[in-house]
Amino acid sequence: MSTSAGAAEHAHEHAQHPEHSHEGGHDAGHHEGHDHGSFWSTYVFSVDHKMIAKQYMFTGMLMGLIGGFFSYVFRMQLAYPGFHVPGFGVVSPGEYNALITNHGTIMIFWLAMPVLIAAFGNYLIPLMLGCDDMVFPRINRLSYQIFLISALVLIASWFVPGGGFGGAWTAYPPLSAKSQYNLTPLGSTMWVLAVGLEFVAFLLGGINFVTTAMNSRAPGMKMFDIPMVVWMIVIASILFMGSVGPLVAGAVMLVFDQTIGTGFFDPVRGGDPILWQHLFWFFGHPEVYVVLLPAVGIVAEIITVFSRKKLFAYKTVLYTALGTGVLSFFVWAHHQFVAGIDPRMANVFTATTVLISIPIAEMMFVYVATLYGGSIRLATPMLWALAFIGEFIIGGVTGIFLGSSGSDIYFHDTYFVLAHFHYTFVPIAVIAVFAGVTYWYPKMFGRMLNETLGKIHFWGTVIPFNGIFIPLFITGMGGDHRRIYNYNNFPDLARPDLQHMRQFATVSLLVLLAFQIPFFINFFLSMKKGRLAGNNPWQANTLEWQTVSPPPHGNFAELPNCYRGPYEYSAPDRESDYWPQNEPS
Amino acid sequence: MRPIATTRSATGIPTGRLAVWWVIASEIVIFGGLLGSYIMHRIGHPEFGGYAAHTNTVAGAFNTFVLLTSSLSAVLAHKAAEAKDGPKAFKFLWLTFLGGLVFLTVKSFEWHHEISEGFTITRNAFWSFYYCAAGLHACHIIGGMIIMAIISFDVKQNKELQRVELIGLYWHFVDVVWIFLFPLLYIAK
Amino acid sequence: MTETAHTHDSHGHDSHGHGSPEAGGHDTNYVKIWGILLALLCVSVAGPFLGIKAVTLVTAFGIALVKAYLVAKNFMHLNLEKRYIVYLLITMVALMGVFYAGASPDVMEHHGRNWVNVAAQQETARALAEQAAGGGEHGQEAH
Repeated sequence: MSTSAGAAEHAHEHAQHPEHSHEGGHDAGHHEGHDHGSFWSTYVFSVDHKMIAKQYMFTGMLMGLIGGFFSYVFRMQLAYPGFHVPGFGVVSPGEYNALITNHGTIMIFWLAMPVLIAAFGNYLIPLMLGCDDMVFPRINRLSYQIFLISALVLIASWFVPGGGFGGAWTAYPPLSAKSQYNLTPLGSTMWVLAVGLEFVAFLLGGINFVTTAMNSRAPGMKMFDIPMVVWMIVIASILFMGSVGPLVAGAVMLVFDQTIGTGFFDPVRGGDPILWQHLFWFFGHPEVYVVLLPAVGIVAEIITVFSRKKLFAYKTVLYTALGTGVLSFFVWAHHQFVAGIDPRMANVFTATTVLISIPIAEMMFVYVATLYGGSIRLATPMLWALAFIGEFIIGGVTGIFLGSSGSDIYFHDTYFVLAHFHYTFVPIAVIAVFAGVTYWYPKMFGRMLNETLGKIHFWGTVIPFNGIFIPLFITGMGGDHRRIYNYNNFPDLARPDLQHMRQFATVSLLVLLAFQIPFFINFFLSMKKGRLAGNNPWQANTLEWQTVSPPPHGNFAELPNCYRGPYEYSAPDRESDYWPQNEPS
Repeated sequence: MRPIATTRSATGIPTGRLAVWWVIASEIVIFGGLLGSYIMHRIGHPEFGGYAAHTNTVAGAFNTFVLLTSSLSAVLAHKAAEAKDGPKAFKFLWLTFLGGLVFLTVKSFEWHHEISEGFTITRNAFWSFYYCAAGLHACHIIGGMIIMAIISFDVKQNKELQRVELIGLYWHFVDVVWIFLFPLLYIAK
Repeated sequence: MTETAHTHDSHGHDSHGHGSPEAGGHDTNYVKIWGILLALLCVSVAGPFLGIKAVTLVTAFGIALVKAYLVAKNFMHLNLEKRYIVYLLITMVALMGVFYAGASPDVMEHHGRNWVNVAAQQETARALAEQAAGGGEHGQEAH
C-alpha cells in the first residue's frame, strides 16, 4: 500500500500561487537531500515536524517519569508517615508541598499538553492532511525550544535556595504571592516563569496547528474528510488560545506581586485574591477540554480501525466537540464554590457544569455505537482505547457531585475531588497517550511493538490505576482533606480503616509504576528488534498510513490527493474492508 | 526553503496573514484579561478616579496622535508593497518605526515624571494596573519595531513583500489596544 | 469606506483560492481616515471639559469604539477580509465579556448575598477619606 496519488501536484500548486513564485525552486529536490544533515541539524535543531513531535514526546515522557516519581514519594509519605522513602529520604513538610505542586504542574503542563497536543499534533496534522510539513517549520522548532527551556526552568526551580514552589498547581494568592507565606522566594517565581514560557510555546504551536489545518489540506480534502483527531487537536488549540490570555496577564501580575511588591491580589492595597482564581480557572477549566479533546480524537481513530466500522455520526462528534468547546468557557467557577464567590453565581455555574456533561456523554455513546456490530480486534491500542471510555465515564459521573454547588461544599478539597480528576486526567494523559503511542508507533519507528509485552503493560497499568483511586474516593467521602502532610496529626482522620486504604492506594501505585518497565523495554527494544511494520500494518484509511514507515522528510513521495472521508471501513462492494483516503475511486 | 504546505491556501487567505489573525486573536484575550481586571477594579474602587487624576492627559493624547499617524504610515507601506514598490514600503516602514520611537520617548518622560512624584508601580492597585497595562503595550510596540526593522531590508530589495502587510496588521492591532488604553487610563478620572 | 466586502465575498470559495492580499487599492483614502481619527481624538480629549459624566463616558469609550472600528475596517482591511476572521476576533472579545460577567460579581462588587469584602471596603473608605482631606480637587470627581 505504497503512495499512490497526486501526480503532478507540484506543478498544480505552483500554478495556483504565482505570488510565491519569487521564492523559486520548491521543486528543487525538496523531498531529497534533507536527511543528510549532521547530528545537530537532524535531532536537535530539526525543522521536520516528525522530529519535533518526537522531541516533544520524549521530553514529555521524561517529565512524566519525574512526575510519577514525585507521586511515589508523596504517596509513600501519606501511607507511611515519616518513613525513609527509598530514593528520596524522609519527606519534610515543605518538600511534600513542593512535590504535590510540581506533580500536578508537570502532569498537566509537561506531560498531557506536550504529548497529547504537541507531539501527536505535530506528528499527525501534516501527515493526516497530506502535506509535507507544518506551514511554519521554524516557528515549530522555536515552539519546542521554548518548551524545553520552560521544562529546564521548572527543574531548576527545585534546586534553588528555599526549594521548589509548594502552593499547589493553582497557585492561589496570597500563598503564592508572598514569600513570607510560601517560603520559596525564588522557587515560586521560577514556577510562574516556567508556566508562562510553556504557554508561549503552546501558543506558537497552536497557531501553527490551526493555520496548517485551515490552509494546507490535501487537494480534495473537505471539512468533513478531516480525521477526527486533527479536528480535536485544532479545536483544543483554539480553546487554549481563547482561554490562556487572561492567565498570561495574571501571571505577569503574580510575578510583579512576588518580586516587586505590587498589590494586585492583596485586598488591603486595593487588589483582590479572588481575581486570580477567576483568571486561573477561566483558563484552567477549558484546559481540561484542551487535553480531553485530543484524547477522544485519538480514541476515535483507534476504535474505527479496530472495529472496522465507520465512525458512528462523524458530524455529531464534531458538533459535540465544538459545543463542548463553547460551553467550557462558561463553567470555570465550579472550582471556586467554597472560595467566597457569590452563591447566585454558583447557581449559574452549577447549571452550566451539569449541562456540559451532556455533550461528553454523547461522545461516549457515539463511540459505543461505533463498536456495536463491528468486527473488533483487541490489539493493544484498542484495549487502551476501550479502557479510556470505561475509565473516563467514572471520572465524568463522579464529577456531577462536584459540579453541584450544594454537594461540592462537602466534597471540596477532599480526596473525592482528587480521585475524580485523576479519573479524568489519567485516562487522558496516560491511557489515551498509551493508546496513541501504541497505535502510531509503527508509523513513527517503522517497527511493531510486541503485543505480549503490550498487554502485560496494559493490564498492569489499568488494574492498579483503579486500585489507587477507588480507595481514595472512599477516604474522600470519609472526610480526608487533600492538602495534609501527615494524617497522624488529625485524630479524626488517623483511623486505621482510612490508613489501610491509603496504604492500599500507595501499594497500587507501586505496582503501576513497576508495570511501566515492560513498556519501556518494549518501546526501546522494538525500535531495533521489532517486526517490520510496512506502510499500513493496521489497514487504516487515513493518509499517514499511505506513506512509508517512518516517513522521510517531506512525508510523501508525491503529495496525495484526497477522495473520501477517513472512516470508510467495510464498504460494501469492495473486496478489501478498508478504503484509503487517497485511493482514486 | 518553504514547505509546500505553506503555499497552500484552502481558506483563500494566505497562510501568513491567517496566522497573524490567530496571533491577534490570542493577543485580544491577553489584553482583554488585563483590561477586564482593571475595569472591575476601576468601577469597584471609586478612589481610582482620584489616582487617575495624576495621569498626564496631554502626553496620552499626543501619544494617541503618534500611534494613529504611525498606523497611517504602516498602511501606506502596505499600499506601496501592493504596488511592488519595495523602496517606498521601506521608507514608510521606517516612518512607522520612528512613530514607535517617539511614542516610547514620550512614554519614558511621562513615566519618569510620575515616578519622581512618587507614583510608582507599588503605590497602589491603580498604579500597578497603570504601569502593567501600559508596559505590556509598550513591550508590543518594541517587539513590533524590532520585527519591522528586521524585515525592512528584504522589503527594500522587493523580497518578501507580503510581510509588510503582516507587520502592519500587528501594528494596527497594537494601535487599537492603545485606543482603548487611552480613555481607560487618561480620560476616565 | 466603500462597501466592497459583499462583492468580494461572493466569489470567495472554500477550496484553493486567490491568495493575493487584495487590499491596498479599492479607493480607500487612508489620509482621509486618518483625518477622521484625529478629529475623533480631539473630541475624546475635549469631552471631559464639559464636566458631565455621561458625556465623558460617551466621548471617551464611545469614540474609542468608533476609532477602533475605523482602524480595524480600513487599516486592517477587515472590510475586505473573509467574514469569519471578523467573527473570530469578535468571539475573542466576547469571551472577555464572559470572563467579565463571571468574575465581576465577586471582584467588582464588595458585598453580595451572605458575603462582604471587608478589606476592599476598608481600603476604599480609607483612600476616599485621604483624597477628601489631601487630594482636594481630585477626590470629588470619583465614581
